[in-house]
Order: sequence, then structure tokens, then C-alpha cells
Amino acid sequence: MKTAVIVFPASNCDRDAAMALEKVTGRAAEMIWHRETEIPSDIDFVVIPGGFSYGDYLRCGAIASRSPIVKDLVKKAESGLPVAGFCNGFQILAETGLLPGALMRNKNLKFVCRPERLQITNANTRYTSAYAGTEEVVFPVAHHDGNYFADDKTLNKLEKEGRILFKYADNPNGSARDIAGICNEAGNVFGMMPHPERAIDPQHGGTDGINFFKSIIESI
Amino acid sequence: MAKAIEITPEIVAEHGLSTGEYQIILDRLGRAPNMNELGIFSVMWSEHCSYKSSRRHLGKFLTKGKRVIQGPGENAGVIDIDDGDAIIFKMESHNHPSYIEPYQGAATGVGGIMRDVFTMGARPIALMNALRFGEPTHHKTKTLVDGVVAGIGGYGNCVGVPTVGGETNFDKGYNGNILVNAMCVGHARTDKVFYSAAKGVGNPIFYVGSKTGRDGIHGATMASAEFDDDSDEKRPTVQVGDPFTEKLLIEACMELMATDAIIGIQDMGAAGLTSSAVEMADKGGVGIELNLDDVPQREDGMTPYEMMLSESQERMLMVIQPGKEQMAFDVFNKWELDVAQIGMTTDTGHLVLNHKGKVVCDIPIAPLADDAPNYDRPHTPTPKREPFKAETIALTDVSDALLKMIGSPDIASRRWIWEQYDRHVMADTVDSSQSGGDAAIVRIHGTKKAVAITTDVTPRYCYADPYEGGKQCVAETWRNLTCVGADPIAITDCLNFGNPERPEIMGQFVGCIQGMNEACRAFDYPVVSGNVSLYNETNGQAIPPTPAVGGVGLIPNLDYFATLAGAKEGDAIIMIGDTTGWIGSSIYLRDIAHREEGAPPPVDLALEKKNGDYVRRLIRDRRVNAVHDCSDGGLLITVTEMALAGDIGFNLNRPQNSCPISGWYFGEDQARYILAVDPNSVNPIISTAEGQGIKAAQIGTFSGTQLSSNDGLSLDIDTVRSTYEAWLPQFMES
Repeated sequence: MKTAVIVFPASNCDRDAAMALEKVTGRAAEMIWHRETEIPSDIDFVVIPGGFSYGDYLRCGAIASRSPIVKDLVKKAESGLPVAGFCNGFQILAETGLLPGALMRNKNLKFVCRPERLQITNANTRYTSAYAGTEEVVFPVAHHDGNYFADDKTLNKLEKEGRILFKYADNPNGSARDIAGICNEAGNVFGMMPHPERAIDPQHGGTDGINFFKSIIESI
Repeated sequence: MAKAIEITPEIVAEHGLSTGEYQIILDRLGRAPNMNELGIFSVMWSEHCSYKSSRRHLGKFLTKGKRVIQGPGENAGVIDIDDGDAIIFKMESHNHPSYIEPYQGAATGVGGIMRDVFTMGARPIALMNALRFGEPTHHKTKTLVDGVVAGIGGYGNCVGVPTVGGETNFDKGYNGNILVNAMCVGHARTDKVFYSAAKGVGNPIFYVGSKTGRDGIHGATMASAEFDDDSDEKRPTVQVGDPFTEKLLIEACMELMATDAIIGIQDMGAAGLTSSAVEMADKGGVGIELNLDDVPQREDGMTPYEMMLSESQERMLMVIQPGKEQMAFDVFNKWELDVAQIGMTTDTGHLVLNHKGKVVCDIPIAPLADDAPNYDRPHTPTPKREPFKAETIALTDVSDALLKMIGSPDIASRRWIWEQYDRHVMADTVDSSQSGGDAAIVRIHGTKKAVAITTDVTPRYCYADPYEGGKQCVAETWRNLTCVGADPIAITDCLNFGNPERPEIMGQFVGCIQGMNEACRAFDYPVVSGNVSLYNETNGQAIPPTPAVGGVGLIPNLDYFATLAGAKEGDAIIMIGDTTGWIGSSIYLRDIAHREEGAPPPVDLALEKKNGDYVRRLIRDRRVNAVHDCSDGGLLITVTEMALAGDIGFNLNRPQNSCPISGWYFGEDQARYILAVDPNSVNPIISTAEGQGIKAAQIGTFSGTQLSSNDGLSLDIDTVRSTYEAWLPQFMES
């Protein structure tokens, strides 16, 4: 089992993500610099971490989605490589089109950081199978642009296909239908604004995130 | 120079230099300076850079201790936390710019303090702040709160350093001058601490980071003068922050610091390229020659004067080991930062600047740094106040008083503020403002130990009695660190005062320092870094004296620590310390009785130490479930905050022979702690305390969902919580 974390110049949850992957797989994650052009072929799971990729002075994730490494990542994700993006990672995945919709500025226009209660709405996926069922978990959120938006047709399709994996219990950002995390049609690409990688330690954010990583690792 | 400008008395005055100071320059140079040289002298001798009014007083502080690796005089203080780990920290003000342009002022304040810390080789691991705004009804307050909070968050969140705590107060004394004090704490290995001295001759000087623009020219001079009604016109002297570049700088510097390429390094803060070059050369005992044509510039046609005085952000200056230039270029190019070799160290002892083939400045460095003015400003002590008698304040409805207090501007929840700060990034935040606790707790990555961090000062007390207030602000940080079970180690300070040329203001300054220093010595709790911000005045109205203190302590093992949350059903409420009902200068007196009078509570430093050491011992022995110290708002607010954090009610029993009722609930006697302990521990904890001459008594029980007392207090916890949470968001949305 080999995992990797993409590192953009202003990624700032790259270490958090690497710690989580190491904790669950027992093996250090490979850190892949944004200027690389290829994800090594032996990588089984890639995380796009939170942060501000290239400063995000433009639309969040817009520049990162056009970076050399993401071009290759998109190609490999389309042929089945499991890829998860948290926070800025979700924004980047939405910008690439691997995931539908967009992340707009939070409804109240403020950055929001708090532990957030999430409802698991589909426990029968590669990213949620280790959870007991449609239980409630707490992951921290920390973002300025997490207001998930898609047209009704897309939202209906996501719901119908069970691709909404997590919903907010107390919507912190105005996301459509309280959506916190979604996957693509094939189920290998997942994005969410909350930070499961910050919920793997009882002294820091709780441990509700461990089963998230277990789910995807065990599915590989 | 394009043309030689004659230095007139008007030009000298515009540079904030007195006639006497200008005469010293003439004497040292043996000639008149040119404009560039005058500009350089003016910023180096500004109050902000030279500490000319404060230096002789700062020299009295305790600055040494067994854990001190580096005290004041470098970019930040360095302390030893065992196992080869060092903590590097400092607090700094960005008051004047934040009032003029709150978002950028606060953001660049955060950026500047982070650079002070990573310059020394430390990865920043936590940010704190101490904020003071005018009264809520003042027309500017809301805009300033909104901008400052967004600026602090916008910068720290992007760089990816958690903002883990701080304090915010509102007082009409800050209507014309808000205070934005930012603190950064970083972690380094003790054998990888970097200093600013430029050693050796002929060594290359590198410039790295953002390009130099025309922003912030004379910012240091602005920070050394009072405001008037036209202060908004100073907006062009406020710098603009770029947290993305800061993040790149941190990572690039960390990468280069892992090698042996850097001899000396210094960030370009106040007075930009001038002060960084002069300070590096002065500390290294060398000269510096710079070729200004090589400085990366944002705009065409910048003059040497502008380049030397620009305060463009996110820039560093470093002396590189000869032969390692390419290594430095490679690292900075990898991070896509502007980098240039702009000069070298010399043996002349002079600062020489070349521009377009001409020497545009040639001045000896020693007078710039060492001969800076050092004034003994006249100071008159603040008259002592009489103690206020609590008996004169009737308190009949304790429930009503609690709701008013818990929903008052200085006590109500700061959630609206801290939810805008990323408190968790880096994944080592064990406790933060989220709990409302006494000190933030941040783990040292990959270990079981942690640093505890707090910021505090009570300007009401400092205004009423600078000496007692000075003792209190140090004592309160020491108490806050104790409350989480940490060994307090050292402090940084940010001394915010009015115009030092007024003897009564200087009297406040001298009084506060005397009190602070006594407390530092009583606790063996040295000052390792700090900053002075004077001239916080508008139209002759000075701020209350505000010596903000940032305290840092060590929790050796995270198996043994405490917070204010954690009280269990049936836990006894134990008060450590004596309650005399001291209501003078209290929040209750100011906000409920609307009387600002009375001496502040005296601080018995020996008692503080005895009580605190006992509480820390109990935490280490795991004898308590929750701890909180009594500060603003007194006993009832302390217990209520514990109830809210632990989501549990309580019943209090005021002893029949107690002090007057208002003083018992809301008096602000010092050296007091509230503990939540298992009922079986009550007797041993009290008897051991008494055996050591420490006052301890059970004053109630944590239980249920009601807040009640034998004086008729009866409130549902949800009612109290909603009042506590309501004030700030309602104020900001009104």
C-alpha cells in the first residue's frame, strides 16, 4: 500500500494528511511536488491536501487545477486511481471537473473554523464502508470558500446515485442540500470541505476520521 | 542622486528628528548628511526602532534564567524546553497601521511577527493576539473589529499557522487608537538557532522575498507620532500583506537553514532594508556595501531613499557562506521567490550604498545603532487611589447581575472572532480559544510534550495603579499557564502607552515596568523579547497603559494537564486563595455600577507563587478535573465559564460570614483558582493546602443544568449560554 500527498507551494495541510495516511497504513506517504509531471505508477491512493495552493488570490483551486501534476492526476483518476481532496483539495477537484459543482464563498462571507457534526448519508462506499452505518461524526472545518453549489439536475443526480457521502448537521457555509462531501460516478474520486485528517487523534480533533481512511485503504 | 537637496530645518523636522538629534548627526558625520543619509538616521533613531524613551527602563527587566538561550536584543527570544528543543517567540504591536487600514494593518502585523520567529530558525507553530478596541458605541469600533479579525485570520489561515488564542477588550480609552498586538511561537532545535549578526568580511549579502515597492515608506516614523483628525490620510504608509509569499519564505528558509549556507539572517521589518542591514552589520561588527540597482524592485524609477525606507512586506536579508551562493539560489528558485545578491560585508564599518554608478550614502554604522538617543524622560508617578468599599454597592438580584455580566462586552463569548481563525492546522492544537480556557496548548510535533501560551493584561488596573497593574499582568499570565498544568518559563511583552514626552504617561510606563519586573523576579519568569509602542494618542487623548504580556510555559507530558472544561456531576467546587471582596477597578464596578474608581486588587507575589505551585502540583497528580483562575468578573464568572465549558450546572454556597455579597461574587481578588474535584478528594486537598498556609474551601458543587446559589441565583444553563453567546454576533450584525 503506497499513498501520496500532492504538495503545492502553499499547501498547509500536507503534513496533517501525511500523518493521517501514515497512521492508518503504517507507512510514510510520498510527498509529490507540484512541478512533477507524473504520479508514480505504484501509488495506490492520492490525497490533495488543504491550504491555499498558489495563494488562491484567484478562484480557489483554479491555478492548481491547471498545474503539471494535476494534469497527470486527472488522467489517472479517470482510469480509476483513488483520489481524495479535503478543503482546498475539494476545491481543486471541482475545478478539474472530476467532481461536479463549485465551491463558492461562505454564505456569511466569513472564514469558518469549528468542529462540525456530519451525517454519513451513504455508508456503502469506498470512503465510508468502515463506519457502522449512517452515523454522525465530527470533523473540523476551516475554510472561506466551502459553499457547495450545483444546479438542481446535478444535485438530484448526486442524491439519486448515492454520491453524497456526508451532509452537515448544522450547515456552516450555505452549501446546497447541506452537502459536505461527494464522490464521482465511479466512486474513486472524493472531495469534502471538512478535514478528516484532523480527526485522527484524541488530543486533537477526535478520532472520527480514522474510519474514513480505513475505508478507502481497505478497499484497495 | 539626481540632485543634491539642501537639508533645511523643515526637512529635519519632517523626518521626526529634533534639532539636538540633528546636531549629533552633524557631529558624527563631520558634515551635513544627504537626503538618503538623513532618511536612514531618521528611521533608525525613530522611537519605534531606537527605543529612545524606553531603553534605559527596559534594561531593568529580568532577562536571564536557566532556560533562557537568547533574551531581548535578537529578533525573538529563545528558551530551552529540554530534549534539544527550543521555543522561539515574540509579541509585537501593529497599532497605528491597524487603525488606519484594519485588514492590512492586522495582517501585516501577523506576517511581521512570524518573520521575526522563523528568521531565527523556528517553524512557527502558533499565533496569539491581544486586541483592544474602543467602546462598542463608537462609530468606528465595528468596522475596526471586522477588519482586524479578518486580517489576522486572512494571513494566519493562508500561511497555515494556527491562531490558538488571545484576548479582546472594549474600552472608550481606545476610541482613537486601537491596539493590535500579535504574538508568534515557533519551534526549533537548540543547535539550529539562527542569529542576525553579519559575520566576516567579503561575504555575499542576499535579498530574498517580495520585490521592494513604495509602500510603507516611513511607517516606523508614523508609529512614532501621535494621531490627529487627519490620520486617515496616512493610509499610503500602511503596507500590504502577501501571505502566500510569506508561506514560500518560511518553507524556503527552513530548507536553506537545514544546510550550513546561512551565516546571518534578518527579516526586513520596520524601516525595511535600512534597519535590517544596519542591525546585521552592527551586531557582526562589520561594514556593509549594497548595490541598490540589484534590489528587486516592483516599480520603475525608485530612488535610493525610497528603497531604503520602504516597508514592503515578506522580505529577508541574509549573509551567505561564500561558495554556497548557488545552493541559496537553487532553494529560492525552487520556491519561485525573488532573490538577488545585493552586496557584501566589508571591513570599513560603514554603510555604503551604490546606485547607478554613484555612492549615494556613506555613513559609519556605529552611531546609527549605538549612538541612538537614549532619553531619561521626566516621569511623575500616578496618584494612588483609595480602596473602594464593596459595602456601598448593593446587590440583590444575583441572577440579573450574572446575565448582565456574562453578556457584557468584555466577558461575552469571543466565538465570532475565533471561528474566523484556523485553530487546528498543523494538527497539534490540544486546546485553543475554542474552550475559553486560560492558555492555549500546542503539542511539540511528534512528542508528548506541549507548550502552553497565553496573552494578558488588565488595563483598568494599570490605569488605576501602574505598579500593581504591572505586577498583575505578569502574574495573570503565570496563573493562566499554571491553570493548564504548565511550568511557566518566560514572557514576551508589548508595551503600549501614550506620548512619553508627557511626564504622567512616562510615569505610567515606569510604574508598569517596575511592577512587571518585580513579578518576573518573584516567579523567576524572565522577559526574553518584546516591543514598545508609544504615542498611542489622538488629539492628546492617550490610551490606558496597556503592557500586554505573552507567557509561555511547558507541559512536560500531555498525560498531565487540565483545562477549564471537565467538571463532572457531583464534583466539589474548591476555591484556592482568599476572597476579600475587592471590587475596586473591577468589571462589575465599571459595567454594572458604572463607576470607574477604587484601587485595583493588590498582587501578593509570594502568595501567587505559593497558591499557583500548589494548583500545578494537584494537576500533575491528577487530583483535579477542571481548573480556572479568577480574573475579570471574579468568582461567579469563573465558575460560570467552567460550567459553560463543561456543560454542567452548579450550586454555590456563600459563607454567612463572607465579605459583602457584590464583592464575593464579582470582586477581583488575585491569586485565586477554582478547582473541580472529586468529592473524595475534598478533604485531603483542603487539609494539605492548610498545612502549607494556603487558603482553600469548598464553595459549592457542580451538578445538573441549573446555575444556583444560596443568594437566590437561579438560572438555566441554556439561558446563560445564549446570553453569553449573543452579544458579539448581535453587535457585529447590528
